[in-house]
Amino acid sequence: MRGWQPRVVVFLCQWSLKSDREWAQRSQVPDGVRLIEVPCSGRLSPLLLLSTFQRGADGILVVGCEPGHCHYKEGNYLGRRKLATLKSFLDYVGLEEKRLQVAWLGESDRGQLSRLIDDVLRDVRELGPMQELATLEALPSSVCAS
Amino acid sequence: MTTKGSAMSECTEAIRSEARRLLESGAVDVVLGFAEGTVPMRAAPLFVRDASEVERLIWNPFCENNLARYLRDLRGEKVAIVAKGCDTRSIVALLNEQQIDREKVYIIGVPCEGMVDRRVVMRRVPGEVLRARQEGEEIVVEGRGFSERLPRSEVRYRSCSACTHPNPVIYDVLLGEAVETWCSDRFAYVREIERKPAAERAAYFDSEARRCIRCYACRQACPMCYCAECFVDHTTPRWTESGATPAGQQAWQIGRAYHLLGRCVNCGACERACPMEIDLVYLNGKSSKDVWELFGFEAGIEVDKPPPLAVFLPEDDPDVE
Repeated sequence: MRGWQPRVVVFLCQWSLKSDREWAQRSQVPDGVRLIEVPCSGRLSPLLLLSTFQRGADGILVVGCEPGHCHYKEGNYLGRRKLATLKSFLDYVGLEEKRLQVAWLGESDRGQLSRLIDDVLRDVRELGPMQELATLEALPSSVCAS
Repeated sequence: MTTKGSAMSECTEAIRSEARRLLESGAVDVVLGFAEGTVPMRAAPLFVRDASEVERLIWNPFCENNLARYLRDLRGEKVAIVAKGCDTRSIVALLNEQQIDREKVYIIGVPCEGMVDRRVVMRRVPGEVLRARQEGEEIVVEGRGFSERLPRSEVRYRSCSACTHPNPVIYDVLLGEAVETWCSDRFAYVREIERKPAAERAAYFDSEARRCIRCYACRQACPMCYCAECFVDHTTPRWTESGATPAGQQAWQIGRAYHLLGRCVNCGACERACPMEIDLVYLNGKSSKDVWELFGFEAGIEVDKPPPLAVFLPEDDPDVE
């Protein structure tokens, strides 16, 4: 475990808070955190999240837009149902609940992204490396570094 | 012969005469039912196209396949289907996903007492089973030098023990008398697993998934697994490796069960088809429990009710963090 650094993947809606996305693009995200912009939180396939864990992520944060503020009107509502059920299902097969976290950001949440990322990193550090699910060969750390 | 045994043969007769009527009148092109299997305690799906063949149709405690699985393959034709409670629920689910045309399906509903798990029977008798039949509430199993009577309620499939809809939920004709439901808590088994600590749940899932040989019999047996291209066969993107490696085995089991979320009627056809006897009921049971508790949804009960992941309630859906 010595020298272990948690690897966290953040799936971020491309329409979510511009200020926070700009902050992320200025490379201020902590080491081990990888940000991936997606068209919409509702577009995330549960299989993609599963693959992310199986390819070596220790934690995942999904950031979507708060209810009522989806660029596509309903994407986040559909995403919410998918994520709620996926989270429950992965928990059932033994994945620690805190490894998959979801946040919905609205206009009043400016600047929250860095705190959310820190929270996930803290939780994942406490849990240790993800060992609940079998993993494929992990990606080289150079790919995962921010 | 006791009443239950004769009720079974009466039901067989009723299915045959209904099939004959439908085929001779030209009301349907094909009748989908069960035939005697080639080994004891097995029944095989049968497609009857000629009235002269209706005598091959049977009804017994081993008619376990979910015949709704074949309806999509017969979409060009008018089909009559012998359907238990679970088969009719699958028909409703297929209708709700616009996969079949109600006008072209004639449902011969048959109340079901729960199908008998031949694997359980085989473990409980001292030798090879040569004959099995129902008498009263018991299954009489005979082989060389033994004859055992097993209560049907003790040798049901687990999925059947947890069944709350043994009677057809939709039908054009109902053969036989409605049966009383025997299950009071269909999620009891899922709750039992949920109470275990996370590490134990992970270990159990791993031990089950690890036996998977990736034969996809579970997929082929399932009426709702009809994707033209299954996610495990995708190459761009490749969601999961196709070999029987631990990661691939787990991804398949999670992906399969999750894809059936809110669509699975818990008929248990997947588990019966599994040559490795993997506990699939526990995975699909979880998804059904979740959609019930989160969205008040039960698959295959109401026609014209869309699957739960295709709709949403802005104000009332539970939050997720």
